[in-house]
Amino acid sequence: MVDGGLWAIPLLVVLLGVLGYGTAAYSSALRSRGAGTSWVGAFGTPGREVARLLLGQRNIVPGSDVLLARIGTALLPLAAIMALLVLPFGTRAITDMSVGVVWFNAMEVFSWVAVWMVGWGSNSAWGLIGANRFLAQGLAYELPQMFSLIAVGVGAGSLNVSEIAAAQGTLWYVVSMPVAFLMFLISAMAFAFWGPFSQAVASDAAGGAATQLSGVDRLVFLVGRYLMLTVASAMAVPLFLGGDAGPLLPGWAWILIKTVLLLAVMVWARHRLPTIRIERFTELSWVILMPLTLLQALVVSIFVLIGWM
Amino acid sequence: MLVVETTIFGISALASVAAGIAVFRVNSMARATFALLASFILAAVPILLLGLTFLGVIVILMMIMEMMIMLVFMIMYMMNPAGLMPMKMVHNNKMSFIISVSVFVILAVGAVLTPWPRFGAPSTVDPTQMIGLDFMGPHMLVMVVIGLVLFATIVSVVVLAQARGRYDRYGDDLRTRPPNDPVRTGLGR
Repeated sequence: MVDGGLWAIPLLVVLLGVLGYGTAAYSSALRSRGAGTSWVGAFGTPGREVARLLLGQRNIVPGSDVLLARIGTALLPLAAIMALLVLPFGTRAITDMSVGVVWFNAMEVFSWVAVWMVGWGSNSAWGLIGANRFLAQGLAYELPQMFSLIAVGVGAGSLNVSEIAAAQGTLWYVVSMPVAFLMFLISAMAFAFWGPFSQAVASDAAGGAATQLSGVDRLVFLVGRYLMLTVASAMAVPLFLGGDAGPLLPGWAWILIKTVLLLAVMVWARHRLPTIRIERFTELSWVILMPLTLLQALVVSIFVLIGWM
Repeated sequence: MLVVETTIFGISALASVAAGIAVFRVNSMARATFALLASFILAAVPILLLGLTFLGVIVILMMIMEMMIMLVFMIMYMMNPAGLMPMKMVHNNKMSFIISVSVFVILAVGAVLTPWPRFGAPSTVDPTQMIGLDFMGPHMLVMVVIGLVLFATIVSVVVLAQARGRYDRYGDDLRTRPPNDPVRTGLGR
């Protein structure tokens, strides 16, 4: 469907936005069902929230670092869009970079900068607590995530996302590298401070990093968060789920179906799993996830050496 | 193509220097750190222009991660309340001026006097691979030693920084289970 070219960028951003809206709508529908109210109306909730935020007044605390807060707010959606550049949709990505996986990770890490800037710039203790929570959490999952990306790169013999998708053939990496897949899903949720990893913006810190955001600033920040979640889910498709491979339907349809399914898993995780405290997740990550992903990379390397992959 | 590359190089080089100057002109530790981060990211652009895509993107990735860690430490260790107040970013002006100017002159002279290859046939080997082979081939021993030293430094710094040792956690006979921690950890070890 998309065959490179600059015009693909706005198209993919709109598509990403639609998927993000769907995620938010599904999430609020689940919440309404849990609360016993009509879930049909909940599908309009994100739209109403957008209208409310657009009309809402910007709230600036005296002494806040407005420059950093504004840059951080804008950086979150920008980072997601930059990450989108290497996402293959159809035959190839907008920029089919030879080191697409590394680029994707570098753009994801910009969310650390963005969230920290927003939290710091709010001139609020809660904002700073949320910002530092996000960094501590980031340090815990980034290394295992890198090891799972290394496993994928070694397995495919390439860091180019389209080549990784093509290299999977009949056996998708979700089957041959389940630990790496799980770790990637964890990091996808964590980069978007989503579900169990939402302590950076949790209510126990009065909204954490986003505590002082209001009006259009909050809207841009939240849009960035949903774009981040969506682009990471979409990236899991070429990395672990065989890209556009699938019977009967055209390739782009399969990419969409797989992305939507992954997003549904994310929403499910948000509503079923409790928020995990940073200090608990940190130990869990360093003691369990890190050795597991290292083993995963080792197993994949051995498979490659003896010619099984 | 050369014009485009030269323009990109010029813009990123000037912007990198400007961001570097901004580090010392702003009055907040957070702004100074982000100015430095911007300078480093712009410095990765020439690496990308050299065709070292992997190294260039890795530099961006690593610089973001390391500057975000440094930011927390810098703000923690500042003399004024945790770096939260506006502060001056320069001190020891005369000596720093001398050191920075001489280092700049040495590096600039080195860059100008180095006999760079000119008008040769473009190399057919991937430059990233060549750098990797250079590091991992003849200099492997040095790299392994550096790696071990760095790792030992990290471990010893963490051990030294620990306020509570194992006797605080597990008791005098190291038998208290679960450990006596102020906050329960993830695995309850």
